[in-house]
Amino acid sequence: MSTSSTNSAESPAVSGLDYDDTALTLALPGSSADDRKRALHDEHDKPPSPKARAVGWPPVRAYRRNALREEGACKLVKVAVDGAPYLRKVDLAAHGGYEALLRALHGMFAPCLAVRGEGELGSRLVDAATGAEYVPTYEDRDGDWMLVGDVPWKMFVESCKRIRLMKSSEAVNLAPRPSS
Amino acid sequence: MPYFPDEVVEHILGFVSSHRDRDAASLVCHVWYRIEGLTRRSVFISNCYAVRPERVHARFPCLRSLTVKGKPRFADFNLVPAGWGASAEPWVDACARACPGLEELRLKRMVVTDGCLNHLAHSFPNLRSLVLVSCEGFSTDGLATIATNCRFLKELDLQGSQVEFRGRHWLSCFPKPSTSLESLNFACLDGAVSANALESLVARSPNLKSLRLNRAVPTAVLAKILTSAPKLVDLGTGLVAQSNNAGALPSLYSAIQQCTSLNSLSGFWDSPRWITPIIHYICKNLTCLNLSYAPMFRTVDLIGTIHQCQNLQHLWVLDHIGDAGLKVVASSCLELQELRIFPANANVLASTGVTEEGLVAVSSGCRKLNSMLYSCSRMTNSALITVAKNCSRITSFRLHICLHGSVDAVTGQPLDEGFGAIVRSCKGLRRLSMSGLLTDSVFLYIGMYAERLETLSVAFAGDSDDGMIYVLNGCKNLRKLEIRNCPFGNTALLAGTHRYEAMRSLWMSSCDITLGGCRSLAAAMPGLNVEVISQADGGANDAKKVEKLYVYRTLAGPRDDAPGFVSAL
Repeated sequence: MSTSSTNSAESPAVSGLDYDDTALTLALPGSSADDRKRALHDEHDKPPSPKARAVGWPPVRAYRRNALREEGACKLVKVAVDGAPYLRKVDLAAHGGYEALLRALHGMFAPCLAVRGEGELGSRLVDAATGAEYVPTYEDRDGDWMLVGDVPWKMFVESCKRIRLMKSSEAVNLAPRPSS
Repeated sequence: MPYFPDEVVEHILGFVSSHRDRDAASLVCHVWYRIEGLTRRSVFISNCYAVRPERVHARFPCLRSLTVKGKPRFADFNLVPAGWGASAEPWVDACARACPGLEELRLKRMVVTDGCLNHLAHSFPNLRSLVLVSCEGFSTDGLATIATNCRFLKELDLQGSQVEFRGRHWLSCFPKPSTSLESLNFACLDGAVSANALESLVARSPNLKSLRLNRAVPTAVLAKILTSAPKLVDLGTGLVAQSNNAGALPSLYSAIQQCTSLNSLSGFWDSPRWITPIIHYICKNLTCLNLSYAPMFRTVDLIGTIHQCQNLQHLWVLDHIGDAGLKVVASSCLELQELRIFPANANVLASTGVTEEGLVAVSSGCRKLNSMLYSCSRMTNSALITVAKNCSRITSFRLHICLHGSVDAVTGQPLDEGFGAIVRSCKGLRRLSMSGLLTDSVFLYIGMYAERLETLSVAFAGDSDDGMIYVLNGCKNLRKLEIRNCPFGNTALLAGTHRYEAMRSLWMSSCDITLGGCRSLAAAMPGLNVEVISQADGGANDAKKVEKLYVYRTLAGPRDDAPGFVSAL
């Protein structure tokens, strides 16, 4: 298992988010109560600065905002699959959750992976030839290899640096996926 | 009149279906009021807190169809905190007791829990139609209960709702060996869908006419569904893309060609651009096309498709259709009645999408246009004046210039004259939403000319209280007034004291009103609920600025379910 020497204080160059931005609030990321006051003043004093944002403006329904991709917000991470000849990159920000990500990974490595399981537990990735299961793992900011799926999605997107689909025979040190 | 038999009145009123006409009929005399109440089958409650559910059932004991709306519209833009209210429970409760024969329930912007859906499922065996628009609070478990117990369900529509994903089993719960389903919309559902369950459901729903799938439904499954339901009229696709099933796309292409009744298309999600030719097979018949959730389609793809849709009446697209694309719309889609342009990047303030040119082009080409939602990066007065001249039939006009306070892009002037022309020319205008730099003048025009206006949305506009006062004095048919970030204070608020009872509601946020002003309004008008939403503790003195105010007429008195941050004055 390779570990990279990471400086845990270094924030990912790609995303630029910090934990505050992933905290659940009702405002747009980056906006604050000050924006409203600034917007009001701007209206009277000078043309509004291009950066001035207000909560809920432009008036796009939250449902639609969630459905459309945010331009520039892209979290590309490398994906390695044990036994595959080359790595791929996947954009975590483009997916809404773990299900979608697993489906995307399956799509990328389709010749060697199959998706098994129609049950409520969600998809698992298996080697199409041998039936051996792949365990999705990721390296987080601290350089530790973690099992995908334990933390809330947003936190995962924020902290994931790269993904490795590990053959389950190797994943002896990680806790088994809880079945419920 | 005293010898006019009740049965005759009843018979005549049976032909009257519009709510407004029935409301008018009920005001004629006590006899008509009573008869109308006994015969009304479909009731529309535009504000769930305006009246108690029990009262509705007492007046309309024979109702079969109930529509209730909850949260104020600005909740869509995150301006209403979570936990505000609009629970569907009291309505379902009252209905279950008074009206177990309910056939249709439509809720908008309400909180519906799984418990509530459970109650629904077990109380209304005759339920034909359940429509939950922009609702929240329930999960796929709740859907499973509905599917299992409402054996005669014809319509299940979850448009825009937030549904918690708890498993795929709900689709298998619909009745066997066959269902009565005519319309199923779960496009908003996040989470996977069981392919087998979906295919089996479609195969055993012979009456299915409208089907809107969510993103997770893959191409192969869509192909199978279309093959087994070629009579579909309205389709919302899943993600259409290359899959590792090589036969999926060709079979989708051939399946869609068999769907000769298909006239409405939506979905696509992140489908890649090269699948747009698939739409060409059905272009000739399309009357509704919604590509506003397909950010990967580029201008050239959109143009190629729309150019062939000569019968289009409703078009929803993203702004990267560009002015060039809109010019093609103007020359190809002469039957167009409704156009909605949404920003492809809602979080980017200076988009390069469409400008005033596209708007003018569409207004000159599509003379049947009556409803527009236009999100653009710039606008001019002259363009708006041209639009006003070309499309005097417009009933709904919503213009969202992404940078608030934008001036006329050519002259640098406020956009008062442009909107003034719109209200002057479009005599039937019922709904108006404005943006850009606007002074009190535009409100003067609105007050003077917008006689039919019912809904007005204003943001970052006006100079002084006069603006709001002009509107309150002028627009006799105003029902909903939504204001944010405008310099309107207590004088403006109180100027409408005697108007608000004739209106459905007033919303004011980030304006200059104070607690004292709101208290005066509340004291003067006991028939109104004057509610202040505030999440900061700042003391309760009269001079305190009110961040969010929601005023509405009500017969129900102050809310008994108001959370801590909502104060009824």
